[in-house]
Amino acid sequence: MRISPKMATLLTLSVIMLIAPFFFPSAYYFRIASLVYVNALAVVGVVILTGYAGQISLGHAGFAGIGGYACALAPVYLGLHPAASVVFGALASGVMAWIVGRPILRLKGYYLAVASLGFGILVSMVLTNEIAVTGGPDGMKVADLGLRSWLSERGLSLTNGQFWYTITALLLLAGAWLALNLENSATGRALRALHGSETAAGTVGIDVASAKLTAFIISAVYASVSGSLIALMNRMITPDIAGYMHSIEMVTMAVLGGSASVAGGVFGAAILTLLPQALTSFDQYEQVTLGLIMMLVMIFLRQGLLPGLASLLKGRGA
Amino acid sequence: MTLLTVEGLGIQFGGVKAVNDVGFSLNPGEIVSIIGPNGAGKTTLFNMISGVYTPGAGKVTLAGEDVTGMAPFLLARRGLSRTFQNLQIFQSMSVLENVMSGFHLRERGSVLADLFAWPTARRRARAAEGDARKLLERVGLERAAEREAGSLSYGSLKRLEIARALALDPRLLLLDEPAAGCNAVETEEIDHLIEEIAKAGTAILLVEHDMKMVMRISKHIVVLDHGEKIAEGEPAVVSRDPRVIEAYLGAQAKDKAMGEEAGHAEH
Ligand SMILES: Nc1ncnc2c1ncn2[C@@H]1O[C@H](COP(=O)(O)OP(=O)(O)O)[C@@H](O)[C@H]1O
Ligand SMILES: [Mg+2]
Repeated sequence: MRISPKMATLLTLSVIMLIAPFFFPSAYYFRIASLVYVNALAVVGVVILTGYAGQISLGHAGFAGIGGYACALAPVYLGLHPAASVVFGALASGVMAWIVGRPILRLKGYYLAVASLGFGILVSMVLTNEIAVTGGPDGMKVADLGLRSWLSERGLSLTNGQFWYTITALLLLAGAWLALNLENSATGRALRALHGSETAAGTVGIDVASAKLTAFIISAVYASVSGSLIALMNRMITPDIAGYMHSIEMVTMAVLGGSASVAGGVFGAAILTLLPQALTSFDQYEQVTLGLIMMLVMIFLRQGLLPGLASLLKGRGA
Repeated sequence: MTLLTVEGLGIQFGGVKAVNDVGFSLNPGEIVSIIGPNGAGKTTLFNMISGVYTPGAGKVTLAGEDVTGMAPFLLARRGLSRTFQNLQIFQSMSVLENVMSGFHLRERGSVLADLFAWPTARRRARAAEGDARKLLERVGLERAAEREAGSLSYGSLKRLEIARALALDPRLLLLDEPAAGCNAVETEEIDHLIEEIAKAGTAILLVEHDMKMVMRISKHIVVLDHGEKIAEGEPAVVSRDPRVIEAYLGAQAKDKAMGEEAGHAEH
């Protein structure tokens, strides 16, 4: 029996998630792996927007900020449970994406890039300056999700690291599953079609503006949930989460890994989260090495690391 | 009842009238051809009818509804479909997916159903895939179904565009030079395909340089030159019109003469 590319991606991801912990040298690695999964979740959203639909956003950290601060603020001001706050943040991000996306998605290429960058900066400024509510640049504390103690009362006791490893892994799997479903559906095909030719997409009946908006909203929800997880995992949050560096990181991870596929995006997130850890021994050369690797990958493997390496391997096999 | 009526249609680019005061009409199942030398405004006329360009003047009526300047995706929902002279293929999608995208209007459901791969969404996708394969067979591309569209030859891409346009099951199909770049065998296949489509009730508006094909399959011919309609009528009448011979066939004869001259110059 042949397995579909979708199942292959999900199976590979699950197997890696299951066996990776056996190779962790210390408990600290549970945390690093969780960060990989959280970043990858946001990047899967970027794959939908950029890889499928061909639209760029340099402001998606703004949605991560909305998701993150929803978990910090909603329990305090609205009395929501932290888990419900994740959903609340996702809804807020979706609505915000709908409002912001309609005018800016009419723009193309670098105009869209700059407009979305502006949105991200706006969110980060609000979070930094509304000190009375957000605590300003120092950030604020985030309530405990409470699920770990609930589980331990029922006999399943996990360390904090193991617990977040499991949560983030499961959510990344769910996010990847949704994005892979989308890829080969009418909606996903419409997105990839308008990426190829907006004119032709229109003539087959695709409402290009509304399809782009759909992609923008879905990807905003991914970024939002990723931001919520960062907040809940760290038990605190600062406006950095919405900073433009975070936006650029998301896009870079997607493009470096191969933005056309979920697998590529996840791979890129893993590389760019792990590499800085691995390069810390290079001391002051860490950033230089990282920058150099990024440049070389883009020059020699333009489609991204995963498709690039795959075609290299195939070429050697043949 | 007439399916398409075009009245006084015109557009300017930087003060130049690319199309000026063009009108004609088309009935269901009819094949009408637009001919004229390069730069006459045929593609521009297509672009205005299909909503890619907004006309500067005039009116387009589709099945009794004023659709002047309507967006292409709305026209598609009203049964208008087209191909492009300068191919507009979804390059990085497979050949099959290109045709499946033509079933968008029939296949689309809720985004949630697509995200969660609900049975309804999967059923719609399967149906679209099955029908897309049938269309690929019809244009002779069934064996290329899984290939990346960008890797196909020019002639194959032309046929792929026709298959994608047919997926909409259009009432009106605009074909802009469907046989350009195709060899004699392929041209004949396309020729038959067009007649078949028209027999099934789809009206066809055709731009084509292959005069043999145009004269044989068209019911009615509209001749453009420098953006203006200079003649129209049945093939036999149009081909004898002195203005047509001068503007179109004359220009071709001149091209040919120049080609020979260039050939001589090379020797
Ligand atoms: N978007 C455009 N901008 C400027 N000029 C255009 C545009 N589209 C078409 N034209 C001009 O309109 C004229 C008719 O072109 P076209 O419709 O492509 O001719 P045909 O299809 O008959 O060969 C040409 O002179 C062309 O340069
Ligand atoms: Mg043309």
